[in-house]
Amino acid sequence: MPADLNLRLGLPGSDQSDKSNKRSSPETAEDTASNGVPAAKSADDHETAPAPKAQIVGWPPVKSYRKSTAKKAETESGMYVKVSMDGAPYLRKIDIKLYNGYSHLLTALEDMFKLSIGEYSEREGYKGSEYAPAYEDKDGDLMLVGDVPWEMFMSSCKRLRIMRGADARGLGCAQ
Amino acid sequence: MDQDHKKLKESSFPCEVLEKVLSFIDSHKDRSSASLVCKDWYDAERWTRSNLFIGNCYSVSPEIVARRFPKIKSVRLKGKPRFSDFNLLPQNWGANVHAWLVMFAKVYPSLEELRLKRMTVSDESLDLLARSFPGFKALSLSSCDGFTDEGLKAIATHCRNLTELDIADSVTEDIGGGWLSCFPESFTSLEILNCASLQCEVSFDALERLVSRCKALRVLQVNESINLEQLQRLLVQVPHLTRLGTGSFMQELTVRQYKDLQTAFSNCKNLQALSGLWDATSVYLPFVYGACASLTFLNLSEANLRSGELAKLLPHCTSLRRLWVIDTVGDKGLEAVGSSCPLLEELRVFPLDPYDLDNQQGVTEAGFLAVSRGCPNLKYVLYFCRKMTNDAVVTIVQNCPDFTHFRLCIMNPGEPDHLTNEPMDEAFGAVTKTCTKLRRLSVSGLLTDKAFEYIGKFAKNLETLSVAFAGSSDRGMQCVLEGCPKLRKLEIRDCLFGNAALLSGLDKYETMRSLWMSACNLTIKGCKLLAKEMPRLNVEVIQDEWSDETHANKVYVYRSVAGPRRDTPPFVLTL
Repeated sequence: MPADLNLRLGLPGSDQSDKSNKRSSPETAEDTASNGVPAAKSADDHETAPAPKAQIVGWPPVKSYRKSTAKKAETESGMYVKVSMDGAPYLRKIDIKLYNGYSHLLTALEDMFKLSIGEYSEREGYKGSEYAPAYEDKDGDLMLVGDVPWEMFMSSCKRLRIMRGADARGLGCAQ
Repeated sequence: MDQDHKKLKESSFPCEVLEKVLSFIDSHKDRSSASLVCKDWYDAERWTRSNLFIGNCYSVSPEIVARRFPKIKSVRLKGKPRFSDFNLLPQNWGANVHAWLVMFAKVYPSLEELRLKRMTVSDESLDLLARSFPGFKALSLSSCDGFTDEGLKAIATHCRNLTELDIADSVTEDIGGGWLSCFPESFTSLEILNCASLQCEVSFDALERLVSRCKALRVLQVNESINLEQLQRLLVQVPHLTRLGTGSFMQELTVRQYKDLQTAFSNCKNLQALSGLWDATSVYLPFVYGACASLTFLNLSEANLRSGELAKLLPHCTSLRRLWVIDTVGDKGLEAVGSSCPLLEELRVFPLDPYDLDNQQGVTEAGFLAVSRGCPNLKYVLYFCRKMTNDAVVTIVQNCPDFTHFRLCIMNPGEPDHLTNEPMDEAFGAVTKTCTKLRRLSVSGLLTDKAFEYIGKFAKNLETLSVAFAGSSDRGMQCVLEGCPKLRKLEIRDCLFGNAALLSGLDKYETMRSLWMSACNLTIKGCKLLAKEMPRLNVEVIQDEWSDETHANKVYVYRSVAGPRRDTPPFVLTL
């Protein structure tokens, strides 16, 4: 059996620096390695001691519907954004924290609104699709979904808008 | 055919008799055993089974079920792995009930009951359900998602014979309250209504009219939007309720209103279970006292009570068997539990503020000890705390050796005994050694392989084990896999168990329902090896932002006679 990983968890005082195998949620940027791989994977890296208030996804194991009792501000926050679609009478709301990347998000949007969005390309955006996804960022600007790295998108997206392809063309080629 | 075999055939029961006898067997486990005796028994059993229980919707397919069981009246179906409750499963992972409903509509037109847990249920599915089964009676959706007002409207409109509608802890943001108005005026059959987890306003008018015409109503659990005045108006219609879930207790009442509520509660002589009580405080809690004598289950998990308030309430609950509270009651409140509830069998203590790791409030080992001293019949505990000691747990299980479910959650990961600074191994050693009837165990705190050695050595009746932030080597997981003969569900997160541990359970996983491992040290290679050796297991890797080509961050393994899933989303890799 090849030893792919050689990690040992020691008791406090042994040579491993930290007693626990914490994984932090994506929002606590200080704990996430640049490629998103948890620090404990490589035997040579010293595990970064997490910041005192780092939240671990899904821990403690309390069911989400109990939120009404816990102080709402301190619950494991979802990142809910409104999603509108041109021509649809009402909006939807989604928690973008639950998606693990652009393709996952776009598939979900296609499902939710029963439409097709098509392939993203840096040069041409969503050329050829009937609909294109756009979002309003922190500065209030309308941006094309897919241009920035996923983590940056998650922290700057305030609202999603599914635009008709024809209207979205201007967004793709301004660069 | 030899002589003995021929004799056996001649003397076996005529199948009508066998079927009649088997029709008295309800337990699905017993029925499974019966079906394995011989072909005749298998056939007789399948013709007489009317209650279907499927613990993992992917372990079998709708087609296989339809072929085997021709006469099903009630179905219980479970979907996602339990850790989906804690957001560890991405959206759209699966467990969609629709394909099942399509099959049920075709093959079981007389279906009466459907109980789903952790499944995705769309409005389209609810509509199909509402229109396909004229005799449909009971719908229960526990921890489900995917539906809105529209789906519930379909149920209310078309299910003429509905007796039960229970959407307990299903969360869907978009549910409005309009569906209640869709029950026709001629509809009077409802006996159980639970919509306590709805986030929205419910139409009180429609609810009041519904309650007044459903004379057989015995369970009513409303949501937070119903206030005390409205509650009183409902209670006077249905004083014979056996289970009540109130709405919000935050309302300024006049003396008159207070007295009316007190009278209404005193007239509830049959109340066995009470829940809801959002924001209940010492000001208004006293008017429920009149209904407490017959209570066996009190759910205070939405009422942030202090120790004093709990201490005043409990002496009225002389029949209490099950109690759920928030840790705002503190150790002092738990002392009151110990002294007032000698018949207690189940205690759950939930954290008010679980995500603040620096918070020192809540309960400690002292509270748990106090309960164990006063409640020797304790069988089920779920305890969230920030501090625990080995000695306390040893004493607790000596006081209460009959635990069947022991779920201890020390909230800071890897937290040692706070007095000795040692691992919590001895605590769980004591639990497994002393509580011989233990079926479910959740461990926490700083744990080395020793804890798992104990579990493997002593927990011979253990069926479900939950592990997080624990263990010192692969040997830990190995001890459990080799030692616990009745293990059915193993869920592990954030431990350093790796491929060697995973593969040590090769022979074990087919005897289990499922294995979940997330944020451990598994690689795709290791999982592929497991999949190759055990073709009747589905080995699925869920890819997320922590995954790459080698590391398998979320792994779900389960036995299945249906082969690999045909509905995997792009981020689920079947190996």
